[in-house]
Amino acid sequence: MNAEPEPGSPRDDSRRTFLKQSSLLTALALVPGPVVSAAEAKLDERVAESIEQVPLSLKVNGKKLKLSVEPRTTLLDLLRENLHLTGTKKGCDYGQCGACTVHVDGQRVNSCLSFAVMHEGKEITTIEGLADGDELHPMQEAFVKHDGFQCGYCTPGQIMSAVACVREGHAGSAAEIREFMSGNICRCGAYSNIVAAIQEVKKGGQKV
Amino acid sequence: MNQFQYIRPTKQQAAIDAVAKDPNARFIAGGTNLVDLMKRGVMTPQKLVDINRLPLNKIEHQNNGLSIGALALNSAVAEDRQVREKQPLLALALNAGASPQLRNMATVGGNMLQRTRCAYFYDTTMPCNKRQPGTGCGALEGVNRMHAIFGFSDKCIAVHPSDMSVALVALDAVVQVSGPQGNRSIPFADFHRLPGDTPEKDTNLEPGELITGVDVPDGPFTKHVHYQKVRERASYAFALLSVAAALDIDGSNTIKAARLAMGGVAHKPWRLTAAEQALVGKLATEETFRQAAAVAMQGAKAFKHNAYKLKLGPNAIVQALKTAAAA
Repeated sequence: MNAEPEPGSPRDDSRRTFLKQSSLLTALALVPGPVVSAAEAKLDERVAESIEQVPLSLKVNGKKLKLSVEPRTTLLDLLRENLHLTGTKKGCDYGQCGACTVHVDGQRVNSCLSFAVMHEGKEITTIEGLADGDELHPMQEAFVKHDGFQCGYCTPGQIMSAVACVREGHAGSAAEIREFMSGNICRCGAYSNIVAAIQEVKKGGQKV
Repeated sequence: MNQFQYIRPTKQQAAIDAVAKDPNARFIAGGTNLVDLMKRGVMTPQKLVDINRLPLNKIEHQNNGLSIGALALNSAVAEDRQVREKQPLLALALNAGASPQLRNMATVGGNMLQRTRCAYFYDTTMPCNKRQPGTGCGALEGVNRMHAIFGFSDKCIAVHPSDMSVALVALDAVVQVSGPQGNRSIPFADFHRLPGDTPEKDTNLEPGELITGVDVPDGPFTKHVHYQKVRERASYAFALLSVAAALDIDGSNTIKAARLAMGGVAHKPWRLTAAEQALVGKLATEETFRQAAAVAMQGAKAFKHNAYKLKLGPNAIVQALKTAAAA
């Protein structure tokens, strides 16, 4: 993978690194001996290489990437596992929760329900690509101001969906916002504050 | 997920050939149902033929009808000015389905081809004649509150979940298909199947046949239309039951023409022609609507957990017709 992490990506976050290492250790402790020795012998990498790889050109958050992916890699897994853009969340992984919402050529989609190879030549925007440097996107600011989250897990998907909701012209009323944000589930129940944040951005009339 | 070979032809004939020659190959467009089913091991195609590069996404109005390409996105069709003008019922039904994100991915052809299904079809530890013919139907004596009240067999009682298809069957749409034997047109009502003894087949498409588009003839149903969807939360849920209603009412409140179909009640979108006939020539009143609803429900039969549909059905039909008449 020749992609570099976006500036500000949590790739070097020590907690994340610790979690990855510790979960790997747990996995190794639980699997039977022969599998571990196969892994140690890098057999798994050789198997992976024998699986068909497909070349893939994408633009992710403004950056052109030339990648090689296995066809069954979803767009979500490509973003998180290969490009380390872990802002996009895996919630249900079956298109039922909206946590994985990203923009493909400006349209909001569930990144868990499509294969990355199907997006050849497309432009992907994730939550990491929304802010302008250190300046938050108006929707991010509004979510902070209105407490549009509690645990925060659904928030990247909510914000990507909210930006699209305003751009599409579906933020005309609270009822319309609720309907057109229905693909994003928040188990903490921050819905009223999310609606307030979207209404403020819509009323503010800023370019989103 | 199983491994598969991925190809992305740019010529329609190449796509058709690839699937026609390989029983383990499948077309993929939006992927919103197929990827889901592959993740759960319910479908395990060995080859995916990505048809997104084929030029099949136009929405046109010509020759007294709408011509909608198979790859037109559900969101694009729902927002299309001509669709909203000529067939507002279709736009209403589309917006009642799935979520904005899914409608941005799902295509018209794919929406029709989403599997008729239930929780037993999705659960690979359970018997299901549709997933694995001959294993039995888990829903028959199991949890069957979402299931069919019309047209089922003892092999399968699942329902087709598409909202769009309920509007299309009501509007006399015609499915355009291209296959190894050439092109053919299938009236929408004949596109999906009842389960009978072969519930593994959801539609009457032949191997290798590709949907290229759907035609919707112009009609008088540009004003008095409604799509009534009853579900367990306000949005983004499958219908417990839905009703597509379209009326043509003259100046003296007499019904000149009517279209009526239900979703969530059968293995296919369920057109209610007898109830339509009961409406034509009558005054557009609640009394008329109640009588038509009674006709519509003739022959309905419930299972242990879905008897509520026998009451919900006529009530939803009356509500849909009242709302359509007032529109």
